[in-house]
Amino acid sequence: MFMEDLTFLMHIYVFVLAIFVGFELITKVPPTLHTPLMSGSNAISGITIVGALLSAGLEQFTISTILGLVAVIFAMINVVGGFLVTDRMLKMFKKKE
Amino acid sequence: MRIVIEITYLVSSVFFIFGIKYLGSPKTARKGNLFSSIGMFMAIVITLFDQHVLTFEWIIIGILIGSLAGVILALKIPMTGMPQMVGMLNGFGGGASTLVALAEYYRINPNYPLDRGLVFNLPVDQGIAIIMSLLIGGVTFTGSMIAFGKLQGIVSGKVIKYPLQHPLNLVLLLAVMTAGTYVLINPGLISLVLIITFVSLLLGVLLVLPIGGADMPVAISLLNSYSGIAGSATGFVLGNNELIIAGALVGASGIILTLIMCRGMNRSLMNVVLGGWASAGTASTAAGDITSIKGDVKSVDAEELAMIFDAASSVIIVPGYGMAVAQAQHAIRDLTSTLEKKGIKVRFAIHPVAGRMPGHMNVLLAEANVPYDKLFALEDINDDFQNTDVAFVVGANDVVNPAARHDQSSPIYGMPILNADYAKTVVINKRSMNPGYAGIENELFFGQNSLMYFGDAKDAITKLTNEIKAL
Repeated sequence: MFMEDLTFLMHIYVFVLAIFVGFELITKVPPTLHTPLMSGSNAISGITIVGALLSAGLEQFTISTILGLVAVIFAMINVVGGFLVTDRMLKMFKKKE
Repeated sequence: MRIVIEITYLVSSVFFIFGIKYLGSPKTARKGNLFSSIGMFMAIVITLFDQHVLTFEWIIIGILIGSLAGVILALKIPMTGMPQMVGMLNGFGGGASTLVALAEYYRINPNYPLDRGLVFNLPVDQGIAIIMSLLIGGVTFTGSMIAFGKLQGIVSGKVIKYPLQHPLNLVLLLAVMTAGTYVLINPGLISLVLIITFVSLLLGVLLVLPIGGADMPVAISLLNSYSGIAGSATGFVLGNNELIIAGALVGASGIILTLIMCRGMNRSLMNVVLGGWASAGTASTAAGDITSIKGDVKSVDAEELAMIFDAASSVIIVPGYGMAVAQAQHAIRDLTSTLEKKGIKVRFAIHPVAGRMPGHMNVLLAEANVPYDKLFALEDINDDFQNTDVAFVVGANDVVNPAARHDQSSPIYGMPILNADYAKTVVINKRSMNPGYAGIENELFFGQNSLMYFGDAKDAITKLTNEIKAL
């Protein structure tokens, strides 16, 4: 019924540990950077691009290819737009000269 | 090759972790963002070497279109439009998760393109991951688009109520779960999977529609969290650890911001999600408040105000959403440097929920070249108001309403507020006497030490600055 080995359980492990890492890191981000944090982490969530590429690059052209293509476009907007706009914001944060 | 790919994913995940770590200080933040983007670049390139990736024309087309759109969006959007930009990006992330889950389902389903009744074995864990991915991704996609519409002014920013709101959403959620369970038993049923997708998309619309404009900081943070969790769910579908890690980091980030925003409004997450602060009940309370407030409003003109500022030795500026609407951040910067030239100490007090998303005011003031070390969070500056000569409130309202401290009947009772009223003089810049988002009258305006300075923030502050210069 389940995947034969314990792969799924291992993924749960990784997920839970990563959440703890995330909490540790993000509680240290000062409020002044909360907007860049949102847009920057948002760009990171564009990592679904990996799945999108796998679907769009299938050998045979099927409905999965089309869904994959649209997913690549969405994820790429997310990634490129997110990182660029974050950089644009961070450039402006200056301390008193 | 498999091993090289997996190791690259691991290295890329580490880059994400360092990227977020460096976001912890404004000095290293830009480097952090660069680290994250390098991590992303590595992940994208190495995926192209995956044995399943055999054709490249669609990939190239997709990457070109997506990148171009991303670049245009990122460079064209004005800083005041940042909340809707973040909202939209959340949506694309969620949409991508839904699409990938759907594509993967079609790929492993032998019944495509027709329901041929072929039985195939979908492992329960992978099945659950697909359904979760469709649900969370779908809600994130449409929910974010509605949030975008509200912030952009395409959809009404008001609290939109519809009949049977909560029961309807609950029924839809149960429908997704029931259909999902059925898919686990009989994975071949394409139509059911499509129904799950459709209902999830509908749910996103219905959940965000009732959320009012000033609750947007919470909604945007929560959707940000969802976009991460959706990414993780997709990672479970594909069995890819990097997606799981990156998604979990973003999910955690969104949750933390959501909780900070909720604390800033003294409301529970449920209360915001279920919608409707300024509901019918509070409107009647508000009407009661107006009559209960006694005293006159004292208004002041630019010339008079210039003298008050000139006589001050310390000033705290409290910006709110009104500053963003009037695009007054540059005018405020000019005022700040004029005052500083006269030896007056100027600081900014930023309420956690000022504006439409976390850190909204900070970004706008950074754009206007206000150094970030002049900006203080509520808990760092609230005790200083009593030793301050002038508190200058620009386009903020509910976050400085003293009713939150003592009036138990007020809908904002218990919300942490900035103690602007403790300053020797409070100057409030507003366009008119209209009440703020919560629909409640602000007793601060009627205070003994309060002065109203009416006018559009940008024009009024520019005028004030000129008057001060002329002294």
